Amino acid sequence: MLQLALVVVVLSVLIFGWLRMLPGGPVSALLGDRGTAESRAELTEALGLNDPIFVQYFAFLGRAITGDFGTSTGVSPGKPAMELFLERFPATLELSIAAILLALIFAIPLGYLAARRRGGWLDNAGVVGSMIGISIPIFFLAFLLKYFLSIKLGWLPTGGRQSPDIDATRITGFFVLDGVLTREWDAAWDALRHLLLPAVALASIPFAVIFRITRASVLDVLDEDYVRTARSKGLTRRIIRDRHILRNAMLPVVTTVGLQTGALLSGAVLTETVFSWQGIGQALAIGFERKDFAVLQVVIIAAAMAYVLVNLIVDLSYAVIDPRIRSAQKVS
Amino acid sequence: MLQMRVARSRRTALIGLTAALAVSLTACAESERDSGGGQEGGTLVFGAPGAPSNFDPFYASDGETFRVTRQMFETLVGIKPGTAELEPELATDWESTPDGKVWTFNLKEDVKFHDGTPFNADAVCKNFERMFNQTGAGATAALSYYWIENFGGFADGAKPSLFKGCTAENPTTVKLELTRFTARFPTMLSQDSFSMQSPKALDEYKANDVKAEGSGFVFSEYARQHPTGTGPFKFTSYDEGNGTIELARNDEYSGDKAKLNKLIFRVIEDETARKQALEAGDIDGYDFPSPADWASLEDAGYNVQIRDPFNILYLGITQKNNEALRDLKVRQALAHAIDRQTLVDSVMPENSEVAKEFYPSSVEGYADDVQEYPYDPDKAKQLLREAGHENLTVELWWPTQVTRPYMPNPQSIFGALQEDLEAAGITVKPISKPWAGGYVDQVEVADAQLFLLGWTGDYNSPYNFIGTFFGNAENQFWTSGSPWGQELADSLADADTTVEEGERDAKYQEINRKLMSDYLPAIPLSHSPPAMVVSSDVQGLVPSPLTKEEFASVTVSSGE
Repeated sequence: MLQLALVVVVLSVLIFGWLRMLPGGPVSALLGDRGTAESRAELTEALGLNDPIFVQYFAFLGRAITGDFGTSTGVSPGKPAMELFLERFPATLELSIAAILLALIFAIPLGYLAARRRGGWLDNAGVVGSMIGISIPIFFLAFLLKYFLSIKLGWLPTGGRQSPDIDATRITGFFVLDGVLTREWDAAWDALRHLLLPAVALASIPFAVIFRITRASVLDVLDEDYVRTARSKGLTRRIIRDRHILRNAMLPVVTTVGLQTGALLSGAVLTETVFSWQGIGQALAIGFERKDFAVLQVVIIAAAMAYVLVNLIVDLSYAVIDPRIRSAQKVS
Repeated sequence: MLQMRVARSRRTALIGLTAALAVSLTACAESERDSGGGQEGGTLVFGAPGAPSNFDPFYASDGETFRVTRQMFETLVGIKPGTAELEPELATDWESTPDGKVWTFNLKEDVKFHDGTPFNADAVCKNFERMFNQTGAGATAALSYYWIENFGGFADGAKPSLFKGCTAENPTTVKLELTRFTARFPTMLSQDSFSMQSPKALDEYKANDVKAEGSGFVFSEYARQHPTGTGPFKFTSYDEGNGTIELARNDEYSGDKAKLNKLIFRVIEDETARKQALEAGDIDGYDFPSPADWASLEDAGYNVQIRDPFNILYLGITQKNNEALRDLKVRQALAHAIDRQTLVDSVMPENSEVAKEFYPSSVEGYADDVQEYPYDPDKAKQLLREAGHENLTVELWWPTQVTRPYMPNPQSIFGALQEDLEAAGITVKPISKPWAGGYVDQVEVADAQLFLLGWTGDYNSPYNFIGTFFGNAENQFWTSGSPWGQELADSLADADTTVEEGERDAKYQEINRKLMSDYLPAIPLSHSPPAMVVSSDVQGLVPSPLTKEEFASVTVSSGE
């Protein structure tokens, strides 16, 4: 917790100072080419941007402690930044969960199988596929997916989170879940269809990385003495796979999954922009373009907190996977 | 075995718990769907490049907001579809006293706001009094931009105001008093910011409750959820989570009712994503397709609707930081150095025109006989020699991270200008900055030397163009530093306050001549038309040179 608090405070100082050092700001974004020198000066004063930077920071800090992170000027003008974040965060979380699930569902079994059948067609195809996954830019993959699956075949929508003509009840902000909870099955299905392409695009890099780590890790474990011993003891293939190979091969994979989950936000910025997905990645992109200080501050601080939390969960999961770590913790 | 049984029973318990949780959650969660069915008439989904700032048109100055509010609100005087000409809207006719200071408007009868309250002379006065009485955050240029631009000050008297008072003579006659005559009145009332809003809804949802807070503005409940006008569509919802704004037909509308049942604006920020959404049939049309896509969209069967150009792109010249630019011969040399015809043909969209002066020919006071500057690099070199600046070096500023209707591709325009200037022996130092990352800020305070900027007309008035640029000598061109800067500002004020139309027209023509021969504070480059594109199913959308399209007349043949 101390680590988390420290990260937040240091980051808030850095973000606050850095944004105000950049040329331009909310005034130029608000007035655009319609401002005059006089109206700019007047607006800068009205928004308190003439105060010394430390005065502005402490005013921000004072409000932030009460949950008030300021008001959006560019992404959704007039909306409290925290409200905007809370409204958009489920969208990014829904997309990230879908992407990481897709990556895990395909990457771990395929990585395992590729290692077991090293040199076979599945291994070769997996290695080539993961190379493509890592190297293809998300925007290009998104373009290809949309071109073939949406425009040519008409199977899936090109963007957005739900068709505008769907009358859907919102509860959690996770549109698929909302559809299930309210039993509005058409809304859930429509949201799922909208989710698929961005999730595939966002999953491309984590899939490739997790596949390669799983494959390499399983290859290492296959040669270990304890696997040979387990075989010689006559254990079933399933027990050897689940308890001796996968469990031991999973530690580096879990670390990678943690890092990839944390890194999803950077991918989400591009994916959400290309797919018009109203999440915090898109808010970050628009916020930078329009110098929306309040939104940038809250999103960057929250993203850092999420990154720290994910890594904490990863650390904790080591103990679940590896009994040696569990016992070491008990001893200490 | 025991371990396996424990594990199995744990798993069963987990599944049971999850199922119980899911059942209890679904039991709590109720669908809030309206069980009633909609009326026939079709739905149009239109792709918008950005989200509206709010739904109170008085506090807005951006096209994204007005595209939506225009469908819900009406103004006293309107614009004839497809033109920039004035026509009656909520007022049937109007007249003024000979001095042009008192205007009497006769209002349409039996008009109701969406909340059922009547639109009448009282409502008009309450709207104007609301605008005039803005204070604090509401009186800043970010929120009351159009009031400040057109009426000047507020009731606090800190700055002079054009508005003097409003009197409801009877329910259908209203008198507006001005402090002076201006040729822009009543045309200026056609701007969306001066839309008539329900006084009851303004009060009930505390429309004036705006405040500056933490580097931004907090809007009222009215501006976010309860916009109430008299227009052919009424507000249904803004689903920010999905980026959609839904409007429904106003069945009580006093005029020709909207043909669509529902009108949905879907925010798609990325231009390529908008195009793909149209191609996939997710939307029925969108605004501002890239000029590079116009031909391919037409070929694919879409209807690209090109508006008449009502804007100006100019090469601004700031005389402050480069002494050479204070010499008229140098500015004339720059004008001769630029091949504007090739620029328009190769870089600007189809139907663009070379600009001879600072506004399009359809606007009052346009002079055909202004001094022209044909492309002539030799003449440019000669003028530079005469001025003693044959080794002229200038900074040429251009913006990144932006496209404007008058400037669809700043980088290409910059490239063409750089090439032309260098061909005339001028050394160009390129400076690029993000639009909201310093460009407009620095250009506005006259930090640039040569720069790209422009303007889209709000309504048909010369002052809306050249008055905005040069009406105040403290401007981006730093005309206050020229002996003629104040003279130009004064002559514009004089033309604007000239009551007699012929005399006024002559004065503007003379100003235009002087602007192009004696002053040349910038070089007009082009008028370029923005476009919108709709699928072949969409009929009845009339492109407006002022980008003031109304969707009430639109039909979608495939229906809902």
